[in-house]
Amino acid sequence: MTFASFLLQLGNGLSSASALFLVAAGLTLIFGVTRIVNFAHGSLYMLGAYLAYAAGAWLASAGLGGISFWLGVLAAALAVGVIGALIEVLLLKRLYAAPELLQLTATFAVVLIVRDATLAAFGAEDLLGPRAPGLAGTVTIAGHAIPEYDLFLIVVGPVVLVALTFLVTRTRFGVLIRAASENRALTAALGIDEAKLFTAVFALGAFLAGLAGALQLPREPANLGMDLATVADAFVVTVVGGLGSIPGAFLAAVIIGMTKAMCIALGSQEILGISIAFPKITLVAEFAVMAIVLAVRPHGLLGTPPGAPVTTPLPEQRELVPAPGRREALVAGLVLAALLALPAVGAEYTAVLVTDILVAALFAASLQFLLGSGGMTSFGHAAYFGVGAYAAALAFKAGAPMAVAFALAPVGAFVAALLFGWFCVRLAGVYLAMLTLAFAQIVWSIVFQWDAVTGGSNGLVGIWPPEILAERKHFYLFTLAVVTLGLALLARIARSPFGFALRGVRDSPLRAGALGIDVRATQWRGFVIAGTFAGLAGGVYAFSKGSLSPEVLAIPRSVDALVMVLLGGLNALFGPLVGAAAFTWLADVLPRLTEYWRALLGALIVALVLVFPGGIGGLVARLTRRAA
Amino acid sequence: MSGALPTAGVLDVRHLAKAFGGIRAVDDVTFAVGAGELVALIGPNGAGKSTCFNLVNGQLAPDSGEVRFEGKRIDGLAAHAVARRGVGRTFQVAATFASMTVRENVALALLAHARRSGNPVALASAVPRAATSVILERVGCAPLAEAHCATLAYGDAKRVELALAIAADPRLLLMDEPTAGMAPRSRAELMQVARDLAVQSRIAVLFTEHDMDVVFGFADRVIVLDHGRIIAQGTPDAVRADPLVQAVYLGETA
Repeated sequence: MTFASFLLQLGNGLSSASALFLVAAGLTLIFGVTRIVNFAHGSLYMLGAYLAYAAGAWLASAGLGGISFWLGVLAAALAVGVIGALIEVLLLKRLYAAPELLQLTATFAVVLIVRDATLAAFGAEDLLGPRAPGLAGTVTIAGHAIPEYDLFLIVVGPVVLVALTFLVTRTRFGVLIRAASENRALTAALGIDEAKLFTAVFALGAFLAGLAGALQLPREPANLGMDLATVADAFVVTVVGGLGSIPGAFLAAVIIGMTKAMCIALGSQEILGISIAFPKITLVAEFAVMAIVLAVRPHGLLGTPPGAPVTTPLPEQRELVPAPGRREALVAGLVLAALLALPAVGAEYTAVLVTDILVAALFAASLQFLLGSGGMTSFGHAAYFGVGAYAAALAFKAGAPMAVAFALAPVGAFVAALLFGWFCVRLAGVYLAMLTLAFAQIVWSIVFQWDAVTGGSNGLVGIWPPEILAERKHFYLFTLAVVTLGLALLARIARSPFGFALRGVRDSPLRAGALGIDVRATQWRGFVIAGTFAGLAGGVYAFSKGSLSPEVLAIPRSVDALVMVLLGGLNALFGPLVGAAAFTWLADVLPRLTEYWRALLGALIVALVLVFPGGIGGLVARLTRRAA
Repeated sequence: MSGALPTAGVLDVRHLAKAFGGIRAVDDVTFAVGAGELVALIGPNGAGKSTCFNLVNGQLAPDSGEVRFEGKRIDGLAAHAVARRGVGRTFQVAATFASMTVRENVALALLAHARRSGNPVALASAVPRAATSVILERVGCAPLAEAHCATLAYGDAKRVELALAIAADPRLLLMDEPTAGMAPRSRAELMQVARDLAVQSRIAVLFTEHDMDVVFGFADRVIVLDHGRIIAQGTPDAVRADPLVQAVYLGETA
């Protein structure tokens, strides 16, 4: 590492830290007051970048010259603030009393809608912003050139930190924010207009995200991948800094930003005879920092443990879970018979579609186990599905026979779930959800960055099963056998003493502990079981498609599974099957209706969360119960 | 009494202390509970009853002092580790498993006690009905066996919780305000169950309580806490007659 590259990366790291801090500060502020973690915060950042591009260009064409960029940044940030207020008023207001799973899912629907709206308005091409007028040059420090704009951004972070600290500690608005963060009952009792306060705080948080995105434009082109990449980074920062702490967010942003920059500055180094390309492991380094902090301080550097458990149980989780009876056995038998008969009567395309549904059903069932029985909210379950798929594919490509490669799918997922689960079960509720998402994003990035092994964005091809299974209908029967076994095992585990202990821990950790049940160990095992079955589904998926891309473990796939579970119902025995069938059908039909089908899916999720929180499965169960 | 420790019991608490910030919630507390004995821990609000309780059952770790159960130290152990040694407890706000039936709740308690709650292969429903029924009968909840726990009346939930606590055959039972929120008649019934348990199964019982009828009607001994310190302990009659107790506590409620 030369001194020049060190200096350059120092500037780069600190200026990235400023942007990260702005986004994370907004996230933390909103969470403190409304107790909602806004998954769409990265989307607001992305909107900031796009709107700054558009506003700057428009103002420049109106002949405003150099100032147009700066006015554009301000206009974009304000516009994003207004959009944030609209999201709060139209959607979140209805969800403040809802369990966090539904809140988080609803904000994720916003991610989908904003992404497609941006695609519709600006197209799929990256938009390269102008260099910042007045700050386009470089400054020479100790004989090395540092971009002026980086220096400007380095100053922005601390300035916003000071401004926010002033706002929170010295103004009436700040008093209200603190009151609402520390004691919600009190704020209501004091006659503070909560509705207005919540909207204002959400708008402020959105403004900060929009500002960060707009200011990023000269450094990074506006692109459609900014939303999830940013929100995952912001989650890492808030988790490391401590949810709810603005100085914590600043500290963590600097640590994370510098860690990444230093990895780039280090370049390739020989350590103990092994050559390590540090620029390729920025995400691993980020993970390592997060892991160390969480192992030592589970609630972050400057965070405090939540006074009360942060989890709001879903109403469905309080419902009695009846043991499957004769009727369920009959339904299962009939479904299985119909599926067995399918190759004889159905067309090849049907076998392919139903293969997809079965794989999705097993994946969804593993998530249902985690969410339903375990009460653990995961937004990163696709990581285990994808690790399973990649483990099988990589072993197969390395020459292992299919049986061995396939067996490695659940094994790989097991190992990943064992590692990540250890950290995850130390947290609950929204903290857990954020951490699962951050881990999944890290796994995705590793697969995406590690070209030499995973094929990077191109993925892996030629993962075809050997001859006996090459025939689509034969592969279908193989899938049916694996998935039936998987679903049966999961259903059985749910009825086992361990399944009851897991549900017991979910219902009342206090009571479970007082009975001698180790709460954390039980949750960890539950997490690992869910991950392992997701990996099994991933293994089938790899051989069914013949190729893999990092898409299989990206966040949207985690959310797909979440939607399937919500569609099918959290406690419904056949929920995953119903949900997977409904979702796969929708994913087949919607793209034929419109290019913007993800937005439609988002709208569907909103409807699901607001109108049918019990899912189709819950609805059917309720109707049949009424009929019985 | 200076220097003399109470005779060794099932539960021995010695010089226990815990401070929150600058406040000494529990300050040099020493007492013992013997087998078959019902001991009440009373005191005004904020006297340190709940903190003392949480220190004993592992919810909190003490700053200094020790908690011994059957001669072995249990302070600082995790809640589940304390429970596994034979300490049962009930909570101020009844804690049961809401998504299960009463019988399933008890079955899980039995499985946990037998260290079989980690078994992912067997069926939870294989716990014999007779085993769960026996326990439910002891607390008078047999008719509620198939009821959904989330639908129970509060008093019933309290009794189910007691059933869960005794399912593990504890040798020490901790009850945090066992009768809070119950009707006067149910209070006496529940405490009678606890007393029978203590006498028949030689269980040591420590409980906190606000209702003085319950305290003086059922406790063999009473310990009075004020500002984290023990200001009196002895038989109910002796404690009732203590002028200091009269002044700080009983006087104001009488």
